[in-house]
Amino acid sequence: MAEAASTPSKSRDLDKLLLRPGNLVDPNFEPGTELRLALQEQVKVLVVGAGGLGCELLKDLALSGFKNLEVIDMDRIEVTNLNRQFLFRLEDVGKPKAEVAAKRVMERVKGVNIVPHFCRIEEKDNEFYSDFHIIALGLDSIEARSYINAVACSFLEYDSDDNPREETATPMVDGGTEGFKGHARVIKPGFTPCFECTIWLFPPQVKFPLCTLAETPRNAPHCIEYAHLIKWNEVHGGKAFDPDNSDHMKWVYDEAVKRAELFGIPGVTYSLTQGVVKNIIPAIASTNAIISAACALETLKIVSGCSKTLSNYLTYNGVEGLHTKVTEFVRDKDCLVCGPGVLVELDTTVTLQKFIDMLEEHPKLLMSKASIRYRGKNLYMQAPPVLEEMTRSNLSLPLYDLMDKVPKDILHATGTINKDNKKSSGLRKLRVVFKGIDGVTDMDMAGGA
Amino acid sequence: MIKLFKVKEKQRENAGNADGRAPVKKQSAGELRLHRDISELNLPKTCSISFPNGKDDLMNFEVTVRPDEGYYLGGTFIFSFQVSPVYPHEPPKVKCKTKVYHPNIDLEGNVCLNILREDWKPVLNINTIIYGLFHLFTQPNHEDPLNHDAAAVLRDNPKLFESNVRRAMAGGYVGQTLFTRCM
Ligand SMILES: [Zn+2]
Repeated sequence: MAEAASTPSKSRDLDKLLLRPGNLVDPNFEPGTELRLALQEQVKVLVVGAGGLGCELLKDLALSGFKNLEVIDMDRIEVTNLNRQFLFRLEDVGKPKAEVAAKRVMERVKGVNIVPHFCRIEEKDNEFYSDFHIIALGLDSIEARSYINAVACSFLEYDSDDNPREETATPMVDGGTEGFKGHARVIKPGFTPCFECTIWLFPPQVKFPLCTLAETPRNAPHCIEYAHLIKWNEVHGGKAFDPDNSDHMKWVYDEAVKRAELFGIPGVTYSLTQGVVKNIIPAIASTNAIISAACALETLKIVSGCSKTLSNYLTYNGVEGLHTKVTEFVRDKDCLVCGPGVLVELDTTVTLQKFIDMLEEHPKLLMSKASIRYRGKNLYMQAPPVLEEMTRSNLSLPLYDLMDKVPKDILHATGTINKDNKKSSGLRKLRVVFKGIDGVTDMDMAGGA
Repeated sequence: MIKLFKVKEKQRENAGNADGRAPVKKQSAGELRLHRDISELNLPKTCSISFPNGKDDLMNFEVTVRPDEGYYLGGTFIFSFQVSPVYPHEPPKVKCKTKVYHPNIDLEGNVCLNILREDWKPVLNINTIIYGLFHLFTQPNHEDPLNHDAAAVLRDNPKLFESNVRRAMAGGYVGQTLFTRCM
């Protein structure tokens, strides 16, 4: 195209991927300038996190041709961020990361529009998240990943044969780094394992025994955790410790130093205090850059189809030399978050008691003594007695009424599964559909947890 | 190109509570697993559970232990449980709300129980923790002290320990510390 020829600069390398056919491309790949235009004009990408990884991601995505980006982060810039969160300057300290990061990338990359959101991820509703075609995660917490994962998976729909409907899946690209190690992964809900399917990949946080902290500290982290977990409560009583409050952090640091001096232990520093309290291993700028590059490339591949995507989990280790490996993890068939759940069709007159009885007969469930939870409400609990009493009166009510007359929705049942003459405890996701309600077909059935 | 554009409008409608209902409350995977733990609770007669925020908030609850043997016979001890959205990847945070003279529980309510920290595994559950707490009262352990003084007395002079426990539970002083009556 003439335009492409006359503007040799910015999209030249991108054009090699987007304008030419290839052998390793996605079946839906349609190379051409239209694709390039769609990528720039129509695709909306959300970057979650504007810290070390988030800064890299925003910059990489902007330079990869995406023009509609939004970024969400609840943190303000601290002095200790400046060594690696390269979009921030000394005069930015105290300002929201999302706002400064968006501004800096827009200044440097012409034509890109970045909308910042300075808030917690939980403050945005599903409508906000549903607007994006793909979500890139640059986070350092399991809770936050788990939350975004649940939101993205809730958009997934299954057909009546339990097959995921591809067009309803909101893909995610997740990056993570710890020191010289990192990972990049592609999550396509319904097709590749979601975060919850493989949560065991994250090693549990190291927790020192409290009595060791109280009696026999042996290293700097012990002194810090003593100040954080024991001394804080002793002095501040009921006041909750807030890891994002720098006065609180400074107090813990000062107490940890005193503790370390008392026991002759070296090595307590302010950044180690932050690291131990927030369970963060010091970030390395180069690791962030490498992981972010992998994530940005996967984002481009997923959206355009210009190449096969990572399948589905890449680990990077730069501790000694360099080692990378790709592992194809598999989905958890019974995943409560991304799985289809078991379809149950009901009349609107069925009572909760009748419904619980039905679960015992249902060939895919065979669940007896079920307790039922719907949208954060306990409809019926078999135990403990205090909850059984509080929920017993629901048993005679129609389930349809208990579900606020919603024609189709997800609920969860936990109980005893009787399979092959063996009893085991089970927790199941159920897709309940009420028959004979206008506007509902078996075909569209919202997924999610 | 991924099949993106047809469905976004519809998803936005669905997400936007078009039918006027309150926004969907997110159910964390931790909450669901906890639902299972709670619905399968099988507590000893000496322990009971209550839900201060009502029947639907399972993430915050209280467990009451009334030991039927040992030093703490006749006492009533209340523990608060705070469960994380990524439970059971992380153990619950457990505090003793009753001020207690105990080698493994300090005066701020911190509890030294291995399965609450270093030995927590996702296969464990709320029932296991409650049994663990119960055993702290039948078998207080001077080898893992959080209350150093109480541990030393238990080790060196069990008779004195016993009378200190009785005095604390009755609402008296042990050394400089005043306890609240809990029996
Ligand atoms: Zn899953």
